Amino acid sequence: MRLPLPWEINMNNKKVIQVDRLTKMFGDFTAVSAITFDVEKGEIFGFLGANGAGKTTAIKMLIGISNPTSGKAKVAGFDVFTNAENIKKNIGYMSQKFALYDDLTVRENITFFGGIYGLTRKRIKEKSNALIEELGLKDVANKLVGALPSGWKQKLSFMVSLIHDPKIVFLDEPTGGVDPITRRQFWELIYKAAHNGTTVFVTTHYMDEAEYCDRVSIMVNGKIEALDTPKKLKEQFKVDNMNDVFLKLARG
Amino acid sequence: MLPIIFVLPLLQLIILSNAATFEVDNIKFGYIDNDHTSTSRALIEQFNASTYFNILTGFPSETLASYAMLKGEVDVVLEIPNYFERDLQKEKHQSIGVSINAIDGAAAGVENVYVSQIIQHFNKHVKVNLFQASDLQIQPISIETIPLFWYNKTLNYKTFMVPGILVLLVTMITLFLSGMNIVREKEIGTLEQINVTPIKKSQFIIGKLFPFWVIGLGLLTVGLIIAKLIFNVPMLGSLPLMYLYTSIYILVVLGIGLFISNFTDTQQQAMFIAWFFTVIFILMSGLFTPIESMPKWAQIITEFNPIKYFVEVMRMIMLKGSGFTDILPQLLKTLLYALIMNGLAVWSYKKTN
Repeated sequence: MRLPLPWEINMNNKKVIQVDRLTKMFGDFTAVSAITFDVEKGEIFGFLGANGAGKTTAIKMLIGISNPTSGKAKVAGFDVFTNAENIKKNIGYMSQKFALYDDLTVRENITFFGGIYGLTRKRIKEKSNALIEELGLKDVANKLVGALPSGWKQKLSFMVSLIHDPKIVFLDEPTGGVDPITRRQFWELIYKAAHNGTTVFVTTHYMDEAEYCDRVSIMVNGKIEALDTPKKLKEQFKVDNMNDVFLKLARG
Repeated sequence: MLPIIFVLPLLQLIILSNAATFEVDNIKFGYIDNDHTSTSRALIEQFNASTYFNILTGFPSETLASYAMLKGEVDVVLEIPNYFERDLQKEKHQSIGVSINAIDGAAAGVENVYVSQIIQHFNKHVKVNLFQASDLQIQPISIETIPLFWYNKTLNYKTFMVPGILVLLVTMITLFLSGMNIVREKEIGTLEQINVTPIKKSQFIIGKLFPFWVIGLGLLTVGLIIAKLIFNVPMLGSLPLMYLYTSIYILVVLGIGLFISNFTDTQQQAMFIAWFFTVIFILMSGLFTPIESMPKWAQIITEFNPIKYFVEVMRMIMLKGSGFTDILPQLLKTLLYALIMNGLAVWSYKKTN
């Protein structure tokens, strides 16, 4: 009798993402090469890597918009191969590129995405009021999103990705091109979400942000080369900040 | 955007319906009168009296007339031979030469008809004047055709063109809008955001179709009002029937548009493909050239042309007053087409790549 493999063990409640040797090939090119990791509930999981390391491709497989070539992955208890649509009900996603509708107002965007996730009208109204209040967008609630400064857009799109209270939220470089103050506010929002039990899966190029994560993985050329808490990674590579950890790994 | 969607097509309707005419007039007419008699002058006078011909120029020789035609100064040259009047009286028949500039073949055909009509008319007239009573008795009975133009009694080309142009406008606007739509969201990245939501493929496609469907029917409505008010095109059939057909027809066009949109990566590609089909659909729709005169293979292709059916149905309902059973074949074909195209649109829209 063989032992059950990790992903075969009945959904351990604490593990919301289980990835085993997940691979994505584009023709001959291996974008993501047999990555394996788990993410626990309520964790802030930093997903680091140089540009082109395969982070976005990996995320796209986990959120069910890209078919993996091989390997196994479960997100929120559902298989990415067979049950992608159920995954989508349980996750939020904020892409690298701002992806709310520029030609809709703040309130219309919230209503639209709330509607897609099947929230009731009453719930959408409550949610949007709370959300606009929290982000301090009251004055621009009826303005077109396209007219907002980019930092505001990022915060709004993060909050919209949380509108249906997902179990996991995937943030792909959420603070790219955002000023330091807004970045700080952004991380406060992330902490708040994590505190409420939402698992946060975040990619970033800012190493100070990596320090805020509970655990960090670093991807190099499609492979995960390191995975641990920031503290242990620094010990392992005998450096005193994440920046140097990253440089050591990324430069090989 | 919404004003643009409505104002431009309606301007097109007004401009094109007035401009796209099959009537040929202001024909530049020249003649060579070698006879110089009252009969030859009377014949030329007939042309002068016609509203289709103007700028009468007399040429002393054929060479000069040919040269003028080469330079484009005349479209039609009539050559009256020597002894035209004498031979007509003596031999009771005479030939005259007509040269027509046939660079535009269709116009030349129409001009030929006009010229023949005038000469025929002159012929009858001249018989009465020149022949004596005894001659008339031995004349064979001549047969005259009196055409009756049904459904468009006065051969008013606007009556014929306005429903057709309206069809084109409704088609083009809905095809381009839907063709650019999904691919535009691909470009700006919102489609990815939609794809990570649990929205169903069919819900998404219906959500994409519906606004354009409403816009298409809105365009039809405004177009029909203009057709009635400005062009006074008759509306013999039932309006609800026309709306029923159009509402299915627009689904076909939108399905094609969304299908194109799903298969392209940029708006330029989508636009290019949409244009490719639009041009083929329009030129093979029977709107400008009759389908009956196309080669057999082309006629088979037109079976897959949705515009063909729409043009037919519009003209049938508006001008002939056709009812439900009359347009049933077109209606069923369009419905089948709509089901197939929208099925393909839903199928080709992939949330996961």
